[in-house]
Amino acid sequence: MSQPEVPAPLANLKIQYTKIFINNEWHDSVSGKKFPVINPATEEVICHVEEGDKADVDKAVKAARQAFQIGSPWRTMDASERGRLLFKLADLMERDRLLLATLEAINGGKVFASSYLFDLGGCIKALKYCAGWADKVHGQTIPSDGDIFTYTRREPIGVCGQIIPWNFPLLMFIWKIGPALSCGNTVIVKPAEQTPLTALYMASLIKEAGFPPGVVNIVPGYGPTAGAAISSHMDIDKVAFTGSTQVGKLIKEAAGKSNLKRVTLELGGKSPCIVFADADLDTAIEFAHNGVFYHQGQCCVAASRLFVEESIYDEFVRRSVERAKKYVLGNPLNTGINQGPQIDKEQHEKILDLIESGKKEGAKLECGGGRWGNKGYFVQPTVFSNVTDDMRIAKEEIFGPVQQIMKFKSLDDVIKRANNTSYGLAAGVFTKDVDKAITVSSALQAGVVWVNCYMMLSPQCPFGGFKMSGNGRELGEHGIYEYTELKTVAMKISQKNS
Amino acid sequence: MATTNGAVENGQSDGKQPALPRPIRNLEVKFTKIFINNDWHESKSGKKFATYNPSTLEKICEVEEGDKPDVDKAVEAAQAAFQRGSPWRQLDALRRGQLLHQLADLVERDRAILATLETMDTGKPFLHAFFVDLEGCIKTFRYFAGWADKIQGRTIPTDNNVVCFTRHEPIGVCGAITPWNFPLLMLAWKLAPALCCGNTVVLKPAEQTPLTALYLGSLIKEVGFPPGVVNIVPGFGPTVGAAISAHPQINKIAFTGSTEVGKLVKEAASRSNLKRVTLELGGKNPCIVCADADLDLAVECAHQGVFFNQGQCCTAASRVFVEEQVYGEFVRRSVEYAKKRPVGDPFDAKTEQGPQIDQKQFDKILELIESGKKEGAKLECGGSAMEDRGLFIKPTVFSDVTDNMRIAKEEIFGPVQPILKFKNLEEVIKRANSTDYGLTAAVFTKNLDKALKLASALESGTVWVNCYNAFYAQAPFGGFKMSGNGRELGEYALAEYTEVKTVTIKLDDKNP
Repeated sequence: MSQPEVPAPLANLKIQYTKIFINNEWHDSVSGKKFPVINPATEEVICHVEEGDKADVDKAVKAARQAFQIGSPWRTMDASERGRLLFKLADLMERDRLLLATLEAINGGKVFASSYLFDLGGCIKALKYCAGWADKVHGQTIPSDGDIFTYTRREPIGVCGQIIPWNFPLLMFIWKIGPALSCGNTVIVKPAEQTPLTALYMASLIKEAGFPPGVVNIVPGYGPTAGAAISSHMDIDKVAFTGSTQVGKLIKEAAGKSNLKRVTLELGGKSPCIVFADADLDTAIEFAHNGVFYHQGQCCVAASRLFVEESIYDEFVRRSVERAKKYVLGNPLNTGINQGPQIDKEQHEKILDLIESGKKEGAKLECGGGRWGNKGYFVQPTVFSNVTDDMRIAKEEIFGPVQQIMKFKSLDDVIKRANNTSYGLAAGVFTKDVDKAITVSSALQAGVVWVNCYMMLSPQCPFGGFKMSGNGRELGEHGIYEYTELKTVAMKISQKNS
Repeated sequence: MATTNGAVENGQSDGKQPALPRPIRNLEVKFTKIFINNDWHESKSGKKFATYNPSTLEKICEVEEGDKPDVDKAVEAAQAAFQRGSPWRQLDALRRGQLLHQLADLVERDRAILATLETMDTGKPFLHAFFVDLEGCIKTFRYFAGWADKIQGRTIPTDNNVVCFTRHEPIGVCGAITPWNFPLLMLAWKLAPALCCGNTVVLKPAEQTPLTALYLGSLIKEVGFPPGVVNIVPGFGPTVGAAISAHPQINKIAFTGSTEVGKLVKEAASRSNLKRVTLELGGKNPCIVCADADLDLAVECAHQGVFFNQGQCCTAASRVFVEEQVYGEFVRRSVEYAKKRPVGDPFDAKTEQGPQIDQKQFDKILELIESGKKEGAKLECGGSAMEDRGLFIKPTVFSDVTDNMRIAKEEIFGPVQPILKFKNLEEVIKRANSTDYGLTAAVFTKNLDKALKLASALESGTVWVNCYNAFYAQAPFGGFKMSGNGRELGEYALAEYTEVKTVTIKLDDKNP
């Protein structure tokens, strides 16, 4: 399949939006503080952004609550009109696609072609998908007992706090506001402190599209301050978080301690990919490779435990190593570059530490194995073979360009090993046999199971984790319902008839 | 900062009234041929037929007259476009939705042209065509565009060692026969769900009003629907319509029109290949006004309900039942409304009522008016044609109408309002329901229990409470009894344009 046309990144991009966005206006932080935003390829400061804290979150909540009042423009708007505004926003993203893709690449260390094609493409599709749902969120009329006329309404929940990660800043932003706005909620978004810039640009488009003031508010800042203020706010009705399992637990705890706000979480993973001897080897190798190396390994669904059936193991390792050697590292805006930097110093150090543990604990280093260059947070694409289940690299989420290849003999055994983790986000199965495909996909404890492919994401499909990889689902019809609160209305009538 | 949506301040309107849209003067009719495979064709027979402007009685132009051979050609194209592996079958569902969305954009772009064409061809007031027909058309396309990638089957926990799931597949080639009262809108109601679900279509617009359908063909081509997905064959009922109803390779037919013809369509569908059938037929719709109603609201709604579109609505409020206590006042106010209803040139912004569609309808309506007079109803106003020439009829109100009169039983489809009296709720429910029709009903009351009781007791596909002709793309529409089969619009329409396939895969090893 030929690569679609990708234009050159926007030259001389000026950062226009660096403030807190509340009520469709730009605000300085209450404290006066700002924080730096870094380019991970150069380690240089791109700009400074207003640093939100509890006081700013409080302001945003007031605005969001006001916009949610019965009788407000947002509450009285036709559902189809909400959909139309979301469509309009998608059109504006399409118009400014080059700018957004460039900004995302600079701030997030993303290879520009991926940013343009997959991040922006995914955003526009997801927004349009959610826009279509707005006037199709149905309740029901119900044949209850008694002389009662009963029906349900799927109402918006209210003010939703949404905490966005740094690995897919724009895409995760859209996955959160899309369903939330489609159902009529108002939102307060806290983008990751590493990557606030595309969210702030979106704020300008949201205002341009015509969303009423207070419907979308954006407070950049840090987790322990702004993020914590959201999770424990007494007047926020729901919090949605994408990020690490460790922080996800803190958020759910804070939600419980404060006002029992509804919680959805998309957390980490240590997703297994199982390759049977009868698989199409070319397909399996390529998908498994991209499954763990895409975006420098910084994906919650990274295929970071590759189980290969014994009889094809050596061939599989050999070809995977060959594949891993095809990377050209460098500034993600430059042509010809197909691997960018890791997001920041903390991640960089963690990945390098885990690579060292792999070496120490006896895995065989097939290629890579350390830092690349001396500026920017780059890591060489790394492959370990002869990995065993007890090694740190087989248990902990690495979030870097490091592939672990393990061997298995029997189907029952590999299912047990694949499930032997408290994570449960995704899994991949490669086989031509129909029975194996269905049996294994049914047995795996994972929210998304890919058969003969990997990372094929589409907004029509619900996405989320089993066990400690998350609570709830995003996108698909299910994801939409996560942003509604169900009300049952029962009216006494003089005589019921079926 | 000025925003692109015209708002001055975020999300607030600038308070200015937009100017009224204007019709296109001297509009040239560009599309008069048969549309197959995104190409324009002449009829196989070489015949053409004329389409007329009912307000001026002048011929607008000639249109290619399709017959069975043209229908056969269209079906062949539609079948080819539906083959497994075809561009249309392989398209992502989201993309089908995007095409429908773009079609809505083009209809919006050419809104004034389409409204002008519709007014020329039907005689309906231009502003009604612009704000009702075209608005409905655009909204319907956008609504169904959103459904395209949300048509979901189920995975089902059956007994035994099997995996069971359903696929909601497109049915195949769908025939659609549309009426002359809302030509473009009724077309959109069929085309949108059909395409949304992945079907291909062969359409026959009414012979009185083919022009907007053919213009839409040009937009379908411009948007980029693959060839053969939509095909349009203008012509007459007994030829093109019958060919579609009986075609062995058409898998489903949707018809909007009279109950009489609807029965013929269903019969032909059964005789040929048991094609699936949906029908939107006539009505003799009761409008019940209780003594506790907001009387001004009831009078206005009942008035528009029967007179809108020159009375040519399947939903026409053609039996107004008024509770005894408010009967006299209701009649008096209704007559006032009817007397001041502006009748005239549909291109005049002041006009609310244009001509009837053709001589046949005109004669039928006048005949029914005469029967009203003969059978003893009291003629309150109107009762005859507007002038010696032309198809205009005076807005007519009859009071003291009783259930056995022809004007209380037969669908008039003209600007005639029969008003009847009732004493109590049980009585009016019985009387409202004693008809073979069952399309819509309206209830005017402030009382919660009465509203809910009547809503549940009336044998109608739609019940309007304290409103009339409230149509929404989101809400299903269709008839009980002989007013139709099936539903259009809303999520319910999807069931009419999909075929459910159950797939059951036996496993060697069960994993619950």
